[in-house]
Amino acid sequence: MLGFIGRRLMQSLIVMAVVSAVSFSLFNFVGDPVGNMVGQDATRERREQIREALGLNDSIVTQYGRFVGNMVQGDFGLSYRIRRPVDELILDRLPATLELVFVSAIIAMGFGIAAGVYTGIRRDSWLSRVLLSGSLVGVSLPTFIIGIGLIYVFAVNLRWLPSSGRGGTVDLGWWSTSLLTADGWSSIILPAITLSLFQATMILRLVRAEMLEVMRTDFIKFARARGLGERTINFGHALKNTLVPVVTIIGLNIGNLIAFSVITETVFQWPGTGLMFIQAVDFVDVPIMSAYLVFVALLFVTINLLVDILYVAIDPRIRIGTA
Amino acid sequence: MTDAAHDRPKGEPAHPIRPDADLRPRPDDVGQPPPPGFWRRTADSDVLYSFIRSPTAMVAAAVTILSILACFAAPIIAPFDPFDSSQISLWDGKLPPAWIEGGRTEYLLGTDNQGRDMLSTILYGGRLSIIVGLAAVFLGMTLGVMVGVVAGYLGGAVDALIMRVADVQLTIPGLLLAILINGIARTMLPPESRDELAIYVVIVAIGLTDWPQFARVVRGATLVESQKEYVLAARVIGLPSWLIMLRHVLPNVLRPVLVLATIGLALAIIAEATLSFLGQGIPPTTPSLGTLIRVGNEYLFSGLWWITFFPAIALVVLVFAVNLLGDWMRDALNPKLR
Repeated sequence: MLGFIGRRLMQSLIVMAVVSAVSFSLFNFVGDPVGNMVGQDATRERREQIREALGLNDSIVTQYGRFVGNMVQGDFGLSYRIRRPVDELILDRLPATLELVFVSAIIAMGFGIAAGVYTGIRRDSWLSRVLLSGSLVGVSLPTFIIGIGLIYVFAVNLRWLPSSGRGGTVDLGWWSTSLLTADGWSSIILPAITLSLFQATMILRLVRAEMLEVMRTDFIKFARARGLGERTINFGHALKNTLVPVVTIIGLNIGNLIAFSVITETVFQWPGTGLMFIQAVDFVDVPIMSAYLVFVALLFVTINLLVDILYVAIDPRIRIGTA
Repeated sequence: MTDAAHDRPKGEPAHPIRPDADLRPRPDDVGQPPPPGFWRRTADSDVLYSFIRSPTAMVAAAVTILSILACFAAPIIAPFDPFDSSQISLWDGKLPPAWIEGGRTEYLLGTDNQGRDMLSTILYGGRLSIIVGLAAVFLGMTLGVMVGVVAGYLGGAVDALIMRVADVQLTIPGLLLAILINGIARTMLPPESRDELAIYVVIVAIGLTDWPQFARVVRGATLVESQKEYVLAARVIGLPSWLIMLRHVLPNVLRPVLVLATIGLALAIIAEATLSFLGQGIPPTTPSLGTLIRVGNEYLFSGLWWITFFPAIALVVLVFAVNLLGDWMRDALNPKLR
């Protein structure tokens, strides 16, 4: 067990080293850092002074070492465009993204598991067929088209919900939340549904497949033979045994939700980290791009690591195979 | 094992040849009919049978092929050329579809803000979307298949390294990676050639994100094939490794690749549309479906729904048909499910 965790930790560190090297090289290949700090008319001596002060004349290895050292402390320098520390900018924007991801994860899980259990038990009902074909359509619908469609129906035509922004926020220390105001909730509904739809269809299909699998096993037949009620069998025995893979996939998908929030945030002009990243790409704001790259990689590596460890902890069969 | 197998003395074959068996070639063995030709084999195949039995697959294939043909024939069948400024008049801008009050019959699906015929722009835009999708999948497929065969055939450290890289890449969702690669590549280009090269950048960005799936599947199939007699035979006669991989292993591992490529095409078309929609992909001067939707989105609030709606429908129908085709293919080509 410890050996397994050690190996995975080692792998994660290698991934982070590679990603940090890539984001470090962004600074060197993209744009001219000195040109971004001084005006067009700066003298040659002044430029050389800044180069020296920034340490750009040191060897690449020294520079990379310094970059990693700063990175570990969360220091990514100043944004070229907004001229504020990047870590501050990301922390400012993070609550918006995390709240969006949280609400859509709840929607995706609630709908996905319920519909998956239903289609798994009532295989031949018309509703199951509708849900299943609907899920295939859901996979084919690009996120941004879902967003545009929802905006057109609910914001432009019916005027029920706002089409962009986050609504009013309440400050809780360093965390500003929009989940405590009424217009905050009405603002989050459309983006959260947009973001959750793809995940919901995936959870639906997974839960259904797992339910069908479990329903064929002997312990379900035995439970039937004992004369247990349908409800106990379906939820107490069948659903419970589908949950290990389902929880894993949902865990891995939190990362996907954050990644896809780039698109949803752009469609709804949601002031989160994804929108910030797209704007940074537009303006070649290298410090933000590089920090976002590291941030996303760190997130994925951490989630993968946690899921792997949880999986091994829950399911003893894997422990025997790998340790 | 049966008892008979245990009792048998060592070195005797499991199915002994009767001593009185006639081992001379029979007359009909000598004049064997030639192996059936390509069309004969196609007509007899299970895949074709399953295709004819599945109405969904036939409709999906028909829609896919028709849309691809229509888009590639755009210069011939499109009523207008959206890139020819002499055919465009701003006075005809923002006209609704023909069946709505104010629409004109020559503009069947209405016109966009610049007075371009929607039907024509969708055909041209669809052509670009399909070309980018095909090129991206082809790039990812070629890369993934090559790397997968090499990893599976050579094994050892090469295999470990390649598959580790693939694992790492698979932990990050493809679409996000495409946005990242695309964004980084664009910033590295000089600003004046950015629009010109945008299409190639998008192709490379999407192509580079979907190779690990191909590599994984092909590596698995290669591991199985490498153990077979014909590969051993090729090794025994001293063929170099690269030739065995190319001529003997490669043709036998391509079947699952077809399924992946079909589903990959749907994903690549979505990825291109998403990049273009985010303003990171194809520039508005040579619109793709995603660019058209992006432009139309700005007019959604003023009620000009058709500028966004029709390209979006075209995109969804195309992707849905390709997805259905891929779904059917996965079942039809998988002998385990029969």
